[in-house]
Amino acid sequence: MGAAPPVLFAVLGETIAEKAGVINLSLDGLILLTAMAGFAAARATNSLLAGFAAAMAVGAACGLVVAAGSLTLRQNQVAVGFVLMIVCQNLAYVLGNPIAHVPGPQVPYTPIPLLRHWPIVGPLLFNQDPLVYAGVLATAGVWWYMFRTQPGLTLRGLGERPAAAFARGVDVIRMRYIYTLVGGALVGLGGASFSLAVKPGWSRPYGIEGTGWIVLALVVFGNWDPLRAAAGAYLFVLLQTLATVLQSLIPSAPTQVFPTLPFPLMILALLLVTLGNSEPVRRLLKPLPVGVQRRVSRALRALQASPPASLGIPFEPE
Amino acid sequence: MNTTGATMGILRSIAAGVVGLVLTAACGAGILSVLGASPLEAYRWIAAGAFGTPEQVSYVLTAWTPLLLCAAGLLLTFAAGVWNIGIEGQVIFGAVFATGLLRAMEPGAPAWAGVILAGLAAILGGGMWGGVAGALRAYGNVNEIFGGLGLNFIAGSLTVYLVLGPWARPGIASTSGTLPFPDRLWLPTFAVPPLVIPGETLLGLAAIGLVAGALRGTQFGLRLKAIGKSSRAAYIRGVPVTRGLLWAFAGCGGLAGLAGFVLVIGAYSRHQLFPLISGGYGFLAILVVLLAGSNALAGILISAFFAAVSTGSLQLPLQMHLDSAVSGILEGTLVLLALLMRGVQARLVPGGR
Amino acid sequence: MRVELRDIHKSFGPVHANDGISLTAEAGSIHGLLGENGAGKSTLMKILSGFTAPDRGQILLDGAPVRIASPAEALRHGIGMLHQDPLDFPTLSLLDNFLMGRPGARRGHGLAGLLPDRRGAREALRALAAQFAFSLDPDAPCAGLSVGERQQLEILRLLWLGVRVLILDEPTTAISEPQRVKLFAALRTMAGQGKVVFFVSHKLQEVLALCDAVTVLRAGRVAGDVAAPCDPGRLVALMFGRDLPHPPRTGITLGPPVLELAALSVDDARSPIANVSLRVRAGEAVGLAGLEGSGQRLFLQMCAGLIPPAGGRVSIAGRDLTGRPYREFLASGVAYVPAGRLGEALIPGLTVAEHLALAERPGVFVDWHAASRAAAQRIRAFDVRGTARTPVQELSGGNQQRVLLALLPRQIAVLLMEHPTRGLDVESAQSIWSHVLERRRRGTAVVFSSADLDELLERSDRILVFFNGRVSAPLDARRATVEQLGRLMAGDAPVGRERRP
Repeated sequence: MGAAPPVLFAVLGETIAEKAGVINLSLDGLILLTAMAGFAAARATNSLLAGFAAAMAVGAACGLVVAAGSLTLRQNQVAVGFVLMIVCQNLAYVLGNPIAHVPGPQVPYTPIPLLRHWPIVGPLLFNQDPLVYAGVLATAGVWWYMFRTQPGLTLRGLGERPAAAFARGVDVIRMRYIYTLVGGALVGLGGASFSLAVKPGWSRPYGIEGTGWIVLALVVFGNWDPLRAAAGAYLFVLLQTLATVLQSLIPSAPTQVFPTLPFPLMILALLLVTLGNSEPVRRLLKPLPVGVQRRVSRALRALQASPPASLGIPFEPE
Repeated sequence: MNTTGATMGILRSIAAGVVGLVLTAACGAGILSVLGASPLEAYRWIAAGAFGTPEQVSYVLTAWTPLLLCAAGLLLTFAAGVWNIGIEGQVIFGAVFATGLLRAMEPGAPAWAGVILAGLAAILGGGMWGGVAGALRAYGNVNEIFGGLGLNFIAGSLTVYLVLGPWARPGIASTSGTLPFPDRLWLPTFAVPPLVIPGETLLGLAAIGLVAGALRGTQFGLRLKAIGKSSRAAYIRGVPVTRGLLWAFAGCGGLAGLAGFVLVIGAYSRHQLFPLISGGYGFLAILVVLLAGSNALAGILISAFFAAVSTGSLQLPLQMHLDSAVSGILEGTLVLLALLMRGVQARLVPGGR
Repeated sequence: MRVELRDIHKSFGPVHANDGISLTAEAGSIHGLLGENGAGKSTLMKILSGFTAPDRGQILLDGAPVRIASPAEALRHGIGMLHQDPLDFPTLSLLDNFLMGRPGARRGHGLAGLLPDRRGAREALRALAAQFAFSLDPDAPCAGLSVGERQQLEILRLLWLGVRVLILDEPTTAISEPQRVKLFAALRTMAGQGKVVFFVSHKLQEVLALCDAVTVLRAGRVAGDVAAPCDPGRLVALMFGRDLPHPPRTGITLGPPVLELAALSVDDARSPIANVSLRVRAGEAVGLAGLEGSGQRLFLQMCAGLIPPAGGRVSIAGRDLTGRPYREFLASGVAYVPAGRLGEALIPGLTVAEHLALAERPGVFVDWHAASRAAAQRIRAFDVRGTARTPVQELSGGNQQRVLLALLPRQIAVLLMEHPTRGLDVESAQSIWSHVLERRRRGTAVVFSSADLDELLERSDRILVFFNGRVSAPLDARRATVEQLGRLMAGDAPVGRERRP
């Protein structure tokens, strides 16, 4: 529960950006950079808030680079994001060198009085640090924004069919910029949540390398829906926790294999969600009896992830 | 295109390159000053670390080779218009297969046979893993980025398992790697005084030359180029598109596998399999090819530059208490600036190309 | 509101899409806009609805000139456009589609317009739908609707936004008959309310039935303005021009059938083709007439083996190749030349020599020397202005087309061409056809589609007319007239069921 917020924030942020149609491939490096930046800022100013703010600013700045590179300069989004990933990762290591293995401020855990004494549910849900609560609120907030407000409606249309949004008077490019920045800021929040709460401090390697890629996968897994994406985030963190538990339970197995397992497992889950779509799978299903076939295809379709149709494709008003 | 036009084009590229380098150095300087370090001193240490002694040069050449091999492979996939993010996993699989074969080898068998077989095994392993990535994309409709990532993760987990499990060092199973190979199984070096050139460098250069030649001179290369420019038109003209893509992935995987082979038994390598053996070479090679485009000569030069910077930066932790990742910053910034400059150029010069 | 367009000019490069067009539509009228593909209708309406800006000219609403720089501005002036494929969001629900992009939301409901007024919108949707007898469920996902229903939603949305000028671009292309009836009734109601409706179409009967006034465009200019009621023959003449005398025909002895289609059909939402049978003999030329999207492209692609037919059989030179992979068609001597020169027929970024090398028998190495020589030779033979090393995207359209022909294998059984002379000057077109004639003499059967009726009449032996997916019986080109073809293409005369030719 407590380990989830960083991944959660990052997933929410990227979901927003991708919903608008921009994919930010630099996540794996960006999370590292924002974690480092958040910790560094918090330590320097001895203020947690400054740390979070700094991380969010860095996240937004990277979002700006991706947006500028792809929306205004019309370069390939994948290329810009990938290179930025390398830059961010290395920046994090270099700039973070002086503060590695150094103690710093940490988010205290703040239990909600009264509620935390509820049997079973109490300690689990209400005995956490404020980031967990913020995470839940953020998920609800993003969901509410996307599905219940007018601008959220515009966001959904933006990534789906920018031409139609343009026809309805939406400034597509400006909106995409804004959402990419917001998404980047949320990712920054996630990064800071690592270094200021879940995995306090900084080191090289930091230990969360690869998480950014997983976040990208989780966005797909979540079908670009904040609730489902959040579920994916919790699933991933659960897998990580299980891995540590299993490791101690099965001493004979080579240690340190387990922590690496959640990554391929998540990707396999992702493949399950996208594979259901393809031709050969459909052909494989043919020999099955019709009832089974129908049930399987319905299940696959329910699981299926379909991206916002214009993700990654540049928009050019006539 | 007349020769003056061509010369102008080359001059323009060189000018752009110089501008890029200057800007990158400036950015690097900015970042270093934030840390209170002197950029000039840092750059001097990097240069010294790369070219200071003949031994350093050998290290640079050692780092150069996997870059060359991976870049050679990526030339294939980029020609075909696809992103092979799974290249890191393919390097790993090559290393794993090579290690496996060498471990399985009889102690009495001749060393050269072992080395050659290991190389072939590496090509097979990497090529197979590349083929899987290609198949996922071609038949499974899986986005090549996530497919590649997943395969990278699987390869990573596999390595950790092997190093700590069945292939662990007897007695002390540790993540530092498997039992190092005896030196008779190392790749040879060539002495060209004062330098000692690792044998694998020649392999790398040969590979990239071969791929460049293949892309320009074979049907296969032409087909890849056609697929990359317009897979639809290529299909209508009768080019077997799916087959071409699969072979591009497999070919890149094979070359990446060879990089893994070199990382395991190269002259100056650690001579063992260890986790993270791919060392980011695959991704760095992607940067090289992004910058070089389809120009193999540029690829050779850029990867040499990157290898020098990476090796040189290893001095920084010791000499200046800086993380050696400075090299990554410089390399990444250079490519990023190049991309952004290309964009600016395209926007500001309408119709001019 | 009275809408006037004055002297509108718009060019895309060398193409003069709108060449000084002026027209006036009175308030409370339905104004038809007729013309062939490429006549300039879409461009004109794009200008009116704010998607494009004119190079020259004015738009006046109720006598006052206005500037319309974007679709949003057009909406503010009360001008809305319904596209052929409605620009909506398939993954969102109807109500969401209805709500999206509504500017006045700021004045709306709670939290300073952040929350959409769902209930109000639902009510409005219901009321408007009732007015026109549309039945739409606000909560259904848009993806499940038919094109006609999506159109209805879009119309209601535009009305809710207060449009006074509604532009419909080929609205009846993909809707059912009952939906069409409903649509027309709705349009008449709107006109009765004082609105202006622009009805862009190529379907004569509908324009005659619906419109109060018709402007016919041809080649970017106004060919004529006609008020209802009017004679369909007059409209056809305005659309297609007068009959030209036929040039003398060269006699070619026809050989055995090389392309045989039996009961061919394809399942396509826009233009389902049903039950076409045809036998084309060696040396024969069959022309496909019909407006864009009527099914000719699908037909050609089925003959080429790129699309498997939903039913029926395709045989090449006696071999049944139905459902076989494309490469078998290629091996049997079929050549398909698509209309999209770059990106479909030719590979941008590759040179002529490279294209030639690509088509060579697969060896391992490419003999560049031989390829360049062969390319240079063919370039000379086909009079292409370019060299073996020129990348094809740098060639002009005419030269690209010549290159396409030059790249064809020595001997082919069936040559399928889409719009072979589109965008070409007379000289290039002439040279293309003389090469095609040469092929026909050598026994190739030619099937081609074209938008130029004169070309069809001049260059083919038989003509098939496509309309809305239905294919006419083959007409003898020697005896057909432009007027006849025009009527069939515009749907004026019913396109009958075909018999075995």
